[in-house]
Amino acid sequence: MTPAQGIAERVLAGERGGVARALNLIESSRNDDREAARAVVDAVASHPRIGGQVVGLTGPPGVGKSTLGGRIVAEWRRRGHTVGVIAVDPSSRASGGAVLGDRSRIAKPAGDDGVFIRSMAARDRLGGLAPGSVDAILVMRAAFDRVLVETVGVGQSETDVSTAADQTVVIVQPAGGDTLQFIKAGLMEIFDLLAVNKADLGAIAERTRRELRAALRVLDRQDTPVVPTSGATGTGVAELVDAVDERFAALGDGLAGLREAKLREHVVRTATELHGTLALARHGGHAAALGRLAALPPGSPPSALLAAAIPTS
Amino acid sequence: MTDSAPTPREKARPWVIRTYSGHSSAAASNALYRENLARGQTGLSVAFDLPTQTGYDADHALATGEVGKVGVPIGHLGDMAALFDGIPLGEMNTSMTINATAPWLLALYVAAAERQGAKRADLRGTTQNDLVKEFLARGTYMLPPEPSMRLQADVISFTVREMPRWNPVNICSYHLQEAGATPVLEVSYALAGALALLDHVRERGDIDEATFPKVFGRISFFVNAGMRFIEEMVKLRVMGAAWERIGRERYGVTEPKLLRFRYGVQVNSLGLTEQQPENNVYRIALEMLGVVLSKRARARAVQLPAWNEALGLPRPWDQQWSLRLQQILAHESDLLEYGDLFDGSTVVAELEAELTAAVEREMAWIASEGGVVKAVQSGAMKERLVAANTERLGRIERGEQKVVGVNCFTESAPSPLVAGADGGIMTVDPQAEREQIERLVAWRAGRNDAEVAAALTGLRDAAKTGDSVMDPSIRCALVGVTTGEWGGVMREVFGEYRAPTGVGAVSGAKGSAEGLQRAREAVERVSAGLGRRLKLLVGKPGLDGHSNGAEQIAVRARDAGMEVVYEGIRLTPEQIASGAEEEGAHAIGLSILSGSHLALVPAVFAALKARGLGRIPVIVGGIIPELDRGALEAMGVARVFTPSDFDLNAIMVEIAEATGRAHGLNA
Repeated sequence: MTPAQGIAERVLAGERGGVARALNLIESSRNDDREAARAVVDAVASHPRIGGQVVGLTGPPGVGKSTLGGRIVAEWRRRGHTVGVIAVDPSSRASGGAVLGDRSRIAKPAGDDGVFIRSMAARDRLGGLAPGSVDAILVMRAAFDRVLVETVGVGQSETDVSTAADQTVVIVQPAGGDTLQFIKAGLMEIFDLLAVNKADLGAIAERTRRELRAALRVLDRQDTPVVPTSGATGTGVAELVDAVDERFAALGDGLAGLREAKLREHVVRTATELHGTLALARHGGHAAALGRLAALPPGSPPSALLAAAIPTS
Repeated sequence: MTDSAPTPREKARPWVIRTYSGHSSAAASNALYRENLARGQTGLSVAFDLPTQTGYDADHALATGEVGKVGVPIGHLGDMAALFDGIPLGEMNTSMTINATAPWLLALYVAAAERQGAKRADLRGTTQNDLVKEFLARGTYMLPPEPSMRLQADVISFTVREMPRWNPVNICSYHLQEAGATPVLEVSYALAGALALLDHVRERGDIDEATFPKVFGRISFFVNAGMRFIEEMVKLRVMGAAWERIGRERYGVTEPKLLRFRYGVQVNSLGLTEQQPENNVYRIALEMLGVVLSKRARARAVQLPAWNEALGLPRPWDQQWSLRLQQILAHESDLLEYGDLFDGSTVVAELEAELTAAVEREMAWIASEGGVVKAVQSGAMKERLVAANTERLGRIERGEQKVVGVNCFTESAPSPLVAGADGGIMTVDPQAEREQIERLVAWRAGRNDAEVAAALTGLRDAAKTGDSVMDPSIRCALVGVTTGEWGGVMREVFGEYRAPTGVGAVSGAKGSAEGLQRAREAVERVSAGLGRRLKLLVGKPGLDGHSNGAEQIAVRARDAGMEVVYEGIRLTPEQIASGAEEEGAHAIGLSILSGSHLALVPAVFAALKARGLGRIPVIVGGIIPELDRGALEAMGVARVFTPSDFDLNAIMVEIAEATGRAHGLNA
């Protein structure tokens, strides 16, 4: 067994030390580490034992994302699931440094090794997912029952997270008027569920919920769950988790196909970042890249997909 | 000149003279109090240890290393009775620095006093009972903001009814200044906190309108006074005038006695230096002038720090030295013979007008953030404080704010004051914790378990239904409930809380530009070798809530290019180790100011080793006596920083290099 296989085995066994080691490799820029990371990710991605459901959580700054995230984690724990969290924080553009503070909002009972929180700095991806997040999510999914991916909700990130997660919850701030605006702003592509947070605000939150419902009817998305929640008191969190579970149940066997499609979408994007948009255009653009990937069977190792997306040489 | 003596002028009565003290055990602290009273102290000021302040028993995991350190451990009625043994509580004026557990310690005090035969109505003193500043600066909170405020109000209602001479709340601006607040922030945050509490009490409606002015009259303040003593004096005049205005306009109080701004003070410890510590004696004297010079704004009670507080815990003699300073000023000087010296001064009037306007703007900002409770929960107020402190430290780093012995006039002969075998500080007997636990275990064994269970049920019911917790707490005290049991019920009913750290959004002073550049280069170099950006976990183990140091390190480390994980205060060694594992931290910085480093640091090492993380370098910062430095290094600590290390950029370079070495890179 190679060292990478050893790490992959430890990850699949849900061993925290193994998960930590794999994440360190994924985040490293050293060539030897990158090679090992690729091997670990390939090994867990194609493994039949990989289970874990991935839920993305995003929304505008100040909406109470991390507090609600903490409540969701606690609810999952109460239901007996092990949980991995990836919390993405913005980086300072000047120094490259970052204060990764979100984990402080997730109250972790002392001695509870069933929750594993990794903060990642978004680095040069302004507000989006950190580089390596998708690989990190794969590793987390291999080790834990539930994975929560929390991102700062500005611009690019919503699309990033919806590609990386199986289901995406967008948190909405209760405030009159701009609800429709919010849905129109390209966000309807990415959310699977909406949470109207700060439900403790009462009437305003209720009005927002009704407006969202109306807007969803216009968009022919009336089946979208809209759940009033309160990070402060915890109300609605169990209902939100139930709604997520129902969505997974409804997907059934379709989940595998959805994941494969999202992975391929992500691979094309990563390849474009690596080789540039010109290279993508030279090779027939986005659709052609996806077409090349279609030739590879489902479950192909991510590294093989990446190599095929934009041919080099 | 004739040879007859000059006619003596009449002196005003001096302020209450106290020393903030308590350590090791109730019996040892009782001996210290009796000694201090014999030396002419006129009131008591009780310092409790951190487990007592946060509602844990001495044998709780979080209490490890903290028992009897920064104050006296009070675990039950037996401890409270021993603390005041031979001190008649019916005649004493006792100030208790107690906040999250204030209802409980007050219940124990009442029970102990009644056992002595004293009446509730005769009890005089103060429970600090101010939670806003705990969330913002001091860190010994226990519950979320709303239930915290409810318990504060329970204490107010109880004392206004049954202990009319008691000060139920001491609104503190003291700790805000220690956390770096400017006079504007200090005054406005304190006043806004007082308003929030008074509004809450009024809305609750358990005090009728006719009695409400008495509530206003019982609110007192606890302030700080720093080296800019003219500014400080102005600050207190402004605060007094603002308080009176608030009383008249917002609450309709008319009786002058109830409108009076009453405050106690502990002068500034933040500005006391580790270098040339003897100079602190002058600093303390000058700081005191700020709160006694102007008769109109003179303190009701004064406590002074000791010259050696930046080195460690003061010994009884050190406290006596500070006590004498108060007595000399009160009794030898002519200060107390005159009316106000500054009424009519145009300079003072101008400064007052300027500060008053700034305070009004700041209070309007707090209101626009939704008031104090909202601005605490959102971290908005905390961010302003962290930013102010960043600014202050930046000025010292760049030499713009002079500190003698630190960034100027640093040449010094060795100080004979720290040459003794004890290094010039007090060491708490390491047996104190074990002995306290033994007493606790014996106490538990001697109780009637059924009575204890019934009393706790009564407490739980009151907490759940919204009834006052005071009477059930007194019943708990009488049947032998422990501090940890009382705190446990509160946590169970109301949940725990973790306040925003305030470091995320702060940007500001970065020391000298070249210094920051050097730090960034060191971080980049080490990061390149590590393969990913240097990740530093900043941790505060134990119960100590003084987070300024940790916050400033976190902010500067980010500015120097590190990825910083900072979870806030009160972490167990186990939480720090599992956090380091999950985050893939390259280095750990621990901040410890409570004197518990010799217990906590080995516990962190053990937890790290258990997870196979033994090679992560651990750096320790805090009030670390010189004598302990070697012991920490022998345990494997990579570097020890103390308050004398004020150049944060240089600290960043050292952290980067220590990390590189520990991970096998050539620095």
